[in-house]
Amino acid sequence: MRARVLIRPKAGILDPQGQAVERALPALGFTGVTNVHVGRLVELDVDDASQLQAMCEGLLANPLIEDFEILA
Amino acid sequence: MKFGVVRFPGTCDDFDAHAAAARVGEAVFLWHGDRDLQGVDAVIVPGGFSYGDYLRVGAIARFSPVMESVAAFSREGGLVLGICNGFQVLCEAGLLPGALLPNMGLRFLCRQVDVLVTNAETPFTRACEARELLSIPVKHTTGRYHAPPDVLEGLDAHGQIVLQYAHDGNPNGSSNDIAGVCNEAGNVMGLMPHPEHAVDLLTGSADGLKLFQSMALAPAASHA
Repeated sequence: MRARVLIRPKAGILDPQGQAVERALPALGFTGVTNVHVGRLVELDVDDASQLQAMCEGLLANPLIEDFEILA
Repeated sequence: MKFGVVRFPGTCDDFDAHAAAARVGEAVFLWHGDRDLQGVDAVIVPGGFSYGDYLRVGAIARFSPVMESVAAFSREGGLVLGICNGFQVLCEAGLLPGALLPNMGLRFLCRQVDVLVTNAETPFTRACEARELLSIPVKHTTGRYHAPPDVLEGLDAHGQIVLQYAHDGNPNGSSNDIAGVCNEAGNVMGLMPHPEHAVDLLTGSADGLKLFQSMALAPAASHA
């Protein structure tokens, strides 16, 4: 099956990439944009979706600095 | 003292690390695909872009065969020094606490910094004076040290904060100005600055040599 894993900077950890995007958008005329965070999307075909949690904890994300969300 | 310098695909500071170690002892290269540590007394995981730094810095390198041996070596008390990307690899491998995040300013930094020796009692800093300032270059994009508050308190309480950026000169936004930490046992250390690039006055400073001299002072471990 096709699975997607979203990985984000952990809440509370400074995300300078998100801040840079947030500062850039008004320069293009977009206003009212706040709380921008930049993360990663991993797409993968897996035979056994029950292994996704362990894959995320073991490699795809670093739980110390990132939160992940499995979209099966 | 026989040093082993690990080489991954993408490592680029292996020659300088080897040259620095060779000033105070014997130095050999260790290939990432080999499990044999060649009987070294200390391991250096140098800087660069191991495995392209794909996914996350240091994330893939920790699964290499040589790192299995390095982890076992560290559990037996062997000295392991991770520099820059090597620091990131040791954190990802769980041999050191914390993680390295993109610099607060998002820019690649390449400059000489003053680093304070916060703990001069470790096997990596014993040739330094307490509170000595070392002039050593940094060159990284992902050097912002992060650990949860309880971990930071533990690092402080156990003397594991070995090096700190001095003079309010924290270049990357690291927690507590941390430039280098060691594990609780004190035999594994990682730092973002590059002591191997500061071993000769020709390049402006020889302060980095003190870390290698410190390691050479350590009694040679009895690894077969």
